[in-house]
Amino acid sequence: MSRSRDNTVSSLQLRQLKPSFSSRFKEFFIRHLQVFFYSLGLLSRSPFATLMTASALGIALALPAGLYLILDHAGQLSGDMNSINQISLFMKKETSAKDINALQKKLHAYPEIAQVKHINRAAALQEFQDNSGFGDALKALKNNPLPDLLIVYPSLTHSDPQQINTLLIDLKKIKQVDLVQLDIQWLQRLYAIINIGQRGVLIIGSLLALAVLLIIGNTIRLAIENRRSEIVVMKLIGGTDSFIRRPFLYTGFWYGLLGSLIAVLLVNISLIIINDPLAHLSSLYDNNLFSLGLVGIKISSTLLLSGCLLGLFGARIAVGKHLKEIEPK
Amino acid sequence: MILFDQVSKRYQGGNEALSNLNFHLHPGEMAFLTGHSGAGKSTLLKLIALIERASTGNVIIGGKNLNKVGRHTLPYLRRNMGIIFQDYQLVYDRTVFDNVALPLIISGFSSREVKKRVHAALDKVGLLRFEKKYPITLSGGEQQRVSIARAVVNKPALLLADEATGNLDPDLSREIMNLFMAFNQVGVTVLIATHDIPLIKQLDKRIMQLSHGQLNPGKTGNTDQFMLDS
Repeated sequence: MSRSRDNTVSSLQLRQLKPSFSSRFKEFFIRHLQVFFYSLGLLSRSPFATLMTASALGIALALPAGLYLILDHAGQLSGDMNSINQISLFMKKETSAKDINALQKKLHAYPEIAQVKHINRAAALQEFQDNSGFGDALKALKNNPLPDLLIVYPSLTHSDPQQINTLLIDLKKIKQVDLVQLDIQWLQRLYAIINIGQRGVLIIGSLLALAVLLIIGNTIRLAIENRRSEIVVMKLIGGTDSFIRRPFLYTGFWYGLLGSLIAVLLVNISLIIINDPLAHLSSLYDNNLFSLGLVGIKISSTLLLSGCLLGLFGARIAVGKHLKEIEPK
Repeated sequence: MILFDQVSKRYQGGNEALSNLNFHLHPGEMAFLTGHSGAGKSTLLKLIALIERASTGNVIIGGKNLNKVGRHTLPYLRRNMGIIFQDYQLVYDRTVFDNVALPLIISGFSSREVKKRVHAALDKVGLLRFEKKYPITLSGGEQQRVSIARAVVNKPALLLADEATGNLDPDLSREIMNLFMAFNQVGVTVLIATHDIPLIKQLDKRIMQLSHGQLNPGKTGNTDQFMLDS
């Protein structure tokens, strides 16, 4: 190269060694991959510290995920609310078996009613003695304290609250009936509680997501501090912000991924621990609906995705803030 | 290539490191910058590398007014310069090869190209056999040569060196100076800040002497008038 070539104003541009566009394009992806695994390699150099941070993230992610899971299942239960609509009619004690039979037939003829089931007071006492654990105490009683019970199942075409209410009023008018109880009420209350719970999960989830951002942000801040001299060198030899940022973003990503994997693990372990007693409780309620099983693919992948995104996002905030402060002197 | 037009640099507290500096370094020229410690040599180089910005006046590099270079275009400008630092500025948890490869990787060269050019640069400074070593295991002079290899690996148009031979023995200093001469011979503009007056007096190159933030009125190409500096 001769001096004469340098007389142009943009001599710097002319002379600089530049890779071709296609090369740069291809290299861009290769470098991304390299940095992707390089940042994982950096984490594996200090496995204990990495695991501690990832565990903190895992716990923060597992908590809302577990709560959500429980509420989701409870919500499914209440979703079946209409199908288990039932009205209990407690008969007056002096009502004869014949009258009850007649009433059962009469009610069955109602268009609003799909089915009427009679639970005999003697049978009810027997079942109560068998299952309640008060068997001996009950034997001491002279009379059966339990009334006869008719369980009314409204037909599906008459199952909205308004119609049920009308039916309730009608049923209360029957003279042999002592007490009418709509069994849907506890479900409605449960549903209201679930509603509050869902808001609660939203709040806890948001707060813990913020905690995840802060943990990752702080971890990345420390990583930047540790690599301060390297960042200075990168800046001195012409590394762009995005180039310098990249390994830290991927570090955030890995933390998010590891944290959410730990979260999936934690939730599953909790479920395994909780499932047996839960199944027992469920069987006591004559109900097999409430079994949690393990975390499904949908929730796992949501957890992993949100973990990774929170990791990237937290790292981006930290890097954006701290990289500007590091300049060569 | 380098044009200083009434450039002053004041630091906070009123300390004026450079005052009303004017000079022009032509493309392909090689020059030495001398002066006592604190005369403003480092500040001058920092203005060129955009590590500092001028308080007043214009610094024009390769036709570009540095006052108009923003935060985002700055890295691309630095890629055109090879800068050699007194304290080497190497990355100590990466190998010699990786250190020298950094400027090429930043610019997006292919792995094959990177390997080829890094080997060529390391060969030029005589450190090819150390490519897999970590800089911390090398001597000061060797580390200095790694930083030189890194500065020249992407063939910049402009080479800046701050006390590049400051802590080397005379033989090594001489060797490194020859290296700079060789780069200059293929057309690279070279500006070297140095204390080593005896060494540069042997070379027939322009010498610019700074004192109290100003260039001593001198001619170029002649070394005799700089006897005053010890």
